[in-house]
Amino acid sequence: MANSNYTPDEMMTIAAARKLRDGDVCFVGIGKPSAAANLARITHAPGVVLIYESGTIGAKPAVLPLSIGDGELADDAETVVSVPEIFRYWLQGGRIDVGFLGAAQIDKFANLNTTVIGGSYEKPKVRLPGAGGAPEIASGAKEIWIIANHSKRMFVEKLDFCTSAAGNSTKKRAPTTVITDLGVMVANSVSGELTLTALHPGITVEQVKEATSWNLQVNATLEVTPAPTADELAALRDLYARTALAHGTSGEGE
Amino acid sequence: MAEITSLHAAVADLIHDGDTIALEGFTHLIPFAAGHEVIRQAKKNLTLVRMTPDLIYDQLIGMGCARKLIFSWGGNPGVGSLHRFREAIQCGWPQPLAIEEHSHADMAARYQAGASGLPFAVVRGYIGSDIPKHNANIKSITCPFTGETLAASTALNPDVTVIHAQKADRHGNVLISGIIGIQKEAVLAAKRSIVTVEEIVSQLDAPMNACVLPHWVIQRVCLVPGGAHPSYAHGYYKRDNAFCKAWDAISRNRETFLAWMQKHVLGTADFAEFQRSLAAEVQVRG
Repeated sequence: MANSNYTPDEMMTIAAARKLRDGDVCFVGIGKPSAAANLARITHAPGVVLIYESGTIGAKPAVLPLSIGDGELADDAETVVSVPEIFRYWLQGGRIDVGFLGAAQIDKFANLNTTVIGGSYEKPKVRLPGAGGAPEIASGAKEIWIIANHSKRMFVEKLDFCTSAAGNSTKKRAPTTVITDLGVMVANSVSGELTLTALHPGITVEQVKEATSWNLQVNATLEVTPAPTADELAALRDLYARTALAHGTSGEGE
Repeated sequence: MAEITSLHAAVADLIHDGDTIALEGFTHLIPFAAGHEVIRQAKKNLTLVRMTPDLIYDQLIGMGCARKLIFSWGGNPGVGSLHRFREAIQCGWPQPLAIEEHSHADMAARYQAGASGLPFAVVRGYIGSDIPKHNANIKSITCPFTGETLAASTALNPDVTVIHAQKADRHGNVLISGIIGIQKEAVLAAKRSIVTVEEIVSQLDAPMNACVLPHWVIQRVCLVPGGAHPSYAHGYYKRDNAFCKAWDAISRNRETFLAWMQKHVLGTADFAEFQRSLAAEVQVRG
């Protein structure tokens, strides 16, 4: 049953979760990718294999991890391997179906910036955390999904810094999908340029173009994302509530 | 050959001004106690190496111990930015901080190369990235067999690697379990190493295939229970998420940061005293 009482963020997370197929092997970034991947695992895709870069393979956390290396990820994992092993055999070895990422800036080819905003590299206006696992996820996974809130600040004409390139000269570009709080964009298989393919309920093409810094390509036919069902919303909210309880009450003296 | 000493003595003996040091751990078993001892002994001009610099690197940088940081992801896990790290890069406070950036896969491979006695590591992920443009230690190479363009980067061989582990036995053999990160490679790549542990036991009882560092690859083992706090030690204690969140406010401006460091780190003799000082403050606040 459809439910109109949901937030754009919930729509984005649920739309991303639905894309995961049961049995997919997914390399999960922290934050929104982790929420979507775990929502998929506790709803329609119980056989999805979640891999975190801390070395946990087949993680089944009861609550969302606060960091990529939380003990909960190790507790219920099928196995825990070292960090060099996770990057060498499992990611660069080509065993990942879906690499699931976030970013601070995305350009029209789905290149990502997580390094600096404004100024120069040496003297940036805002220093971001840096690359982490993203360059190898972007080059090593069979498919790339990016989850990001849709705004001109995020979807920029030119990146301040290219941390992780979506495609490269010697390797065929992996199919790339960007899921936002307004709709879904897919990289064109020839040009590599992101093309709007789906709108979330109630969202217009104009709204999406308004929130994108370049002249966004729009597919001739647009799908409309089905609204979240009551079950999906309940599962996601329950996951967030359990997470808040687990992380928020560990002796906080605030 | 591992010598079991106090942490104070180990840091005084093995870490020198100007050294390249790696305090490793991938959100688990972060050697906080050892980092505090480096700050208390006012080590200077260090080159700090770490895949995931977090709160303890924020403290080392903010206290002026570092001239350079080699890393692949710098942040307060699950909370946000490191304010001292950011201010050092954005404003040069308390002193300019040179940076050398890599990706995680590259840093891991560089430690492996260092531990293997090889001169460089090979990865694929940098093609199209701006990172190599700003890092002279990453260069393009052509595979002599397939012609593929790949990236090579220099091996990492720190002067000193410091890690925290669950257990050591009386000979100094060390057992690490849970998320083991890059610790084994970082110790084997280093010229010298210090391991702080939760407990020293008579029998290690390590399962076959466990991550064990034999006593003869380690220089110093120091008993520091709780020495990974506010990070966690699997099987011993959980991460103090409340402290990680509180650090965001403490570290946001120079004055509150310096006052906190003065009171809890410089004003205490060792990690046990630091923990009592911190607990007393939490009690007052609560």
